[in-house]
Amino acid sequence: MMYGVLAAQGLSFPILPALVFLPIIGALVIATIPAGRAELHRLVAIATAVLLGALSVWMLVAFDPSVAGQQFVSSTTWVESLDIKFVLGVDGISLFLVVLTGILFPIALFAAKPEHSEKGYYFWLTLLGAGCMGVFLAGDLFLFFLAFELTLVPLYFLIGKWGHGRRVYAANKFFLFTMAGSALMLVCIVALAVLDGAGEGGGITFDLVRIAEGGVLSETAQRVLFLGFVAAFAVKVPVFPFHTWLPDAHTEAPTAGSVDLAGVLLKLGTYGFIRYGLYLFPEASVWAAPALISLGLIGIIYGAVVAAMQRNLKRLVAYSSVSHMGFAVMGIFALNIEGLEGSIMQMINHGIITGALFILLGYLYKRRHTYEISELSGLQKVAPVFAGLFTLFMLASIGVPGLAGFVGEFLVLLGTFLAHRWWAVVAAVGVILAALYMLWAYQRVFHGEPSEANRSFKDIKLAEFLPLVPLIGLVFFIGLYPKPILERIEPSVQLLVEHIEQQVPGFESPGTQDGSELQPVAAGESRGEGGE
Amino acid sequence: MTAVSMFAQTPLLTEQIVAPVVSWPAMIPLAVMALGGLLLLTFASLLGRRVGTPFFTWWTVMTGLIAFATAIPLWAQVQGWDRRVLWWNPENTPAGAFSTVGGAFGVDGFSVLLTMLICLAVPVCALVMAGTSERDGERHVEGPALMILSATGAIVMAGANDLIVLFLGLEVLSLAVYVLAAMNLRRVQSQEAGLKYFVLGAFSSAFFLYGIALVYGGTGSTSLVNITNFLAGNLLLGSSSVLVLLGVALMVAGLAFKVAAVPFHSWSPDVYDGAPTSSVAFMASVVKVAAFAGMVRVLVVGFGTFAADWRPVLQILAVLSLVGGALVALVQTNVKRLLAYSSISHAGFILLGVEAANETGNRAVLVYLVVYTFLVIGSFAVVSIVGRSGDAMHSLDSYRGLGRVAPALAGTFTILLLAQAGVPFTSGFYAKFYAVIAAVDTQSAWLAVVAMLSAVIAAYLYLRLVVAMWFVAPGEQTPKPGIRIPATTGVALVLCVAVTLFIGITPGPLTSVVDEAPPAVVQPPAAQGSELPADLLNLLDGGAGQESLTTDPGSLPSTSGGNP
Repeated sequence: MMYGVLAAQGLSFPILPALVFLPIIGALVIATIPAGRAELHRLVAIATAVLLGALSVWMLVAFDPSVAGQQFVSSTTWVESLDIKFVLGVDGISLFLVVLTGILFPIALFAAKPEHSEKGYYFWLTLLGAGCMGVFLAGDLFLFFLAFELTLVPLYFLIGKWGHGRRVYAANKFFLFTMAGSALMLVCIVALAVLDGAGEGGGITFDLVRIAEGGVLSETAQRVLFLGFVAAFAVKVPVFPFHTWLPDAHTEAPTAGSVDLAGVLLKLGTYGFIRYGLYLFPEASVWAAPALISLGLIGIIYGAVVAAMQRNLKRLVAYSSVSHMGFAVMGIFALNIEGLEGSIMQMINHGIITGALFILLGYLYKRRHTYEISELSGLQKVAPVFAGLFTLFMLASIGVPGLAGFVGEFLVLLGTFLAHRWWAVVAAVGVILAALYMLWAYQRVFHGEPSEANRSFKDIKLAEFLPLVPLIGLVFFIGLYPKPILERIEPSVQLLVEHIEQQVPGFESPGTQDGSELQPVAAGESRGEGGE
Repeated sequence: MTAVSMFAQTPLLTEQIVAPVVSWPAMIPLAVMALGGLLLLTFASLLGRRVGTPFFTWWTVMTGLIAFATAIPLWAQVQGWDRRVLWWNPENTPAGAFSTVGGAFGVDGFSVLLTMLICLAVPVCALVMAGTSERDGERHVEGPALMILSATGAIVMAGANDLIVLFLGLEVLSLAVYVLAAMNLRRVQSQEAGLKYFVLGAFSSAFFLYGIALVYGGTGSTSLVNITNFLAGNLLLGSSSVLVLLGVALMVAGLAFKVAAVPFHSWSPDVYDGAPTSSVAFMASVVKVAAFAGMVRVLVVGFGTFAADWRPVLQILAVLSLVGGALVALVQTNVKRLLAYSSISHAGFILLGVEAANETGNRAVLVYLVVYTFLVIGSFAVVSIVGRSGDAMHSLDSYRGLGRVAPALAGTFTILLLAQAGVPFTSGFYAKFYAVIAAVDTQSAWLAVVAMLSAVIAAYLYLRLVVAMWFVAPGEQTPKPGIRIPATTGVALVLCVAVTLFIGITPGPLTSVVDEAPPAVVQPPAAQGSELPADLLNLLDGGAGQESLTTDPGSLPSTSGGNP
């Protein structure tokens, strides 16, 4: 199987280690600057984040779109006795998630300032970047787990110390939910390493490629271990019954925390599904696909319905995330090229759009100190630019053609339609519901006459507008011309689908590429019934 | 001269008195500790008021470090390094694990590593204790001296190759710790803790001793070497198998008491709460190390053939400790009690390693013990500072807003707590990681799942402390800004945090050391011939000059069936 062949070409500069270690170094620098020098802390944090963004864009430019495997691979032994290696690599699946991280982190820093204890705030925010980069770039299960967990503590402190309202409750809930998921995943990672090592007689291994290509696991073992990984990722995404931490965490988190949480951290889960679900456990993925696709669908509808009933604007956007991430999950488990591509597009778009919406909500909170819809009214009259920006990102979020959100949702629906026709039909209802809750909220907040408290609402300042410029550009660019992005994603996705087809006897990816659409659909549906 | 207590038995089959060969270099760490403790007491009584806490602390630290240094050549010998370390001469000494004093005291990687750990834990505990004494204006030599003597017992346990020797080590260790628990004369809870610990500890010792007696009845020996050989060569049926099983069960109960595994844990929250915090730091670290060393020696090394019988018991103990400790800790409002229950939960994790009963399991035990020693000493060092004068302010409210009042102290505690929760990039993560490997490796993945889920529950209780320190405003009981951190305690804290982060970031050195430290059934020295000594001729106290009395044990009739 060619997937594991590491294409070690490209730059002579170790760009991937730089992406991981730069934020760590930045955080350490911040830690050594004495408290009270808030400006200096901010400067170091922003410099680190901007440099991180620049590096990620440089990597994007240097990325070879024709190669499907891992690029810029760097590998060093870390813990010899356990065969743990520090392996980093990037392919079409992780490429844009890395770039997204690189773009959103500086923007989140520019867009929001903490109200107190600057040093800790910048320290944790910068460290969070290292964790996210590590997850997307890791090529070793152990390293991946460490990075996955590294995102936990910074966000815990960001929510708990700089959040609002019931921040402690939200922080604890976030920590415990996520940790429960990853606790199971740790056991499964160890089991995988031990079982695989036993098969090859070479002791323990955490090497992603070796485990995936080894194929020594029994069917039952694959399924059980897969469920352990699903536990961790389903909490992180979050998939429907595990989502309850998200609205609390989002609502109480400080603006930058919300932006990074929605923009990057939720993608750790969906990315995990692709890299560590489909790739490591192809058979179990096919087996569980109908269940997970259904959970994704429930998430889409449930998130939309609950969002419509929210009285808190930030909570509304949080629930819309549940709905949008439902699309991403559904696309993954359609198990075809369209679905997977759509899912990755959906992750990118959701990061950009929801990130922007949370930034706008942060501006709103700074002015009015509330997210309650009932307290807000007629903002369009007093702040037309603000309202215009909100409209733009809201429409993108709904999935209006020509804006970014449409591309991902369309591809996901297409992929799902090929695999499980009726699921796609129901999911399309979610798109309509999205329009409903978004427009309704917009109407209540922005239309009508401003009440007394809202009359002094100041429109957006230039300094507040600038961080949004790249996001506006991206929303239009992706919406109108997604080709350069899709053509970089496609080779890797195609390779992954081939890998699944090869590893799972009798499985044929229900896609358009083989020309026969009806037959796979039927196969998919019968599997769906069998699996539930 | 020697610190090992010997005992004599009247030989049944011969009138000749046989003295075992003693490899004195192997005894040096032990001797340094024992002498260090005794000399400290002597000096303190001779010099009276002229010496105080600084001298006691200096003496204890030096004793620990010298004992540590003298253990290095032993490590070199066990590992077969071909470089000269201190006095050790590679040409004359055979490499590899060996046993001495007639096979009663084993020197293998396991015992040497744990000896080193104990020798390092003593100085750190002494620094914490010095901080408390200095702050409270106390001047007592008993604390440091008892700690050194107790550690002597711990070292004996780590190397015990004979059940009686193990018991002697256990008693030396325990008796000193009972007094340490009762040492705060101003708090009545401390006296109560000491008495409670003593009464229940005496019970558990009795269990243990009775277990030894039954095992002796079943196998005809107390030496682990002979027991292993006997069990390997004989199929136990009927009453003798019952005897041995009952004996093992009683010994498990005795050791489970020392490690505070549920349901033998009830003393630990009360004792941790009542005893002086610096003594608790010692109890929670060195006593646990020694008890788990004993457990591995008895169960894994000695009764490995009975693993199928005792593994289910340990599994139950592990699950109860893991879940019970974590759950009960949730409702505690006293930080010392909270940490007591959390240490019960940690014991459950270490039991996973013992339960595995193989090399991976032993590795997990060692990693966990090394990591946990420094975590727990550091944590109680923080508690001893926040407890303030009189060592009484241990409610959770005392930690409210500590991050604002004393950021360095709160930051230190946060690192240690996150490590206890098993967050990556701290040593605690690798401890749990190895325990999980051990469980998965022996096909008991369900235990690993239980363990990790209980770790999540436990994480909540560490978060409660973190929340109190960082997310809440200071309250009435919070220390006033500028709370003094005694210099010695500060040094101890820096050491503990440094070890925690170092292992967390580069676990390589620790894991490679641990890989080289398996416990072994160490046969008596090769000089004695390949045959085993007869059961009843084992031990007799004797100086170096008496070694010539040794006869060839192979010529004596053996009551045990097994020959290698």
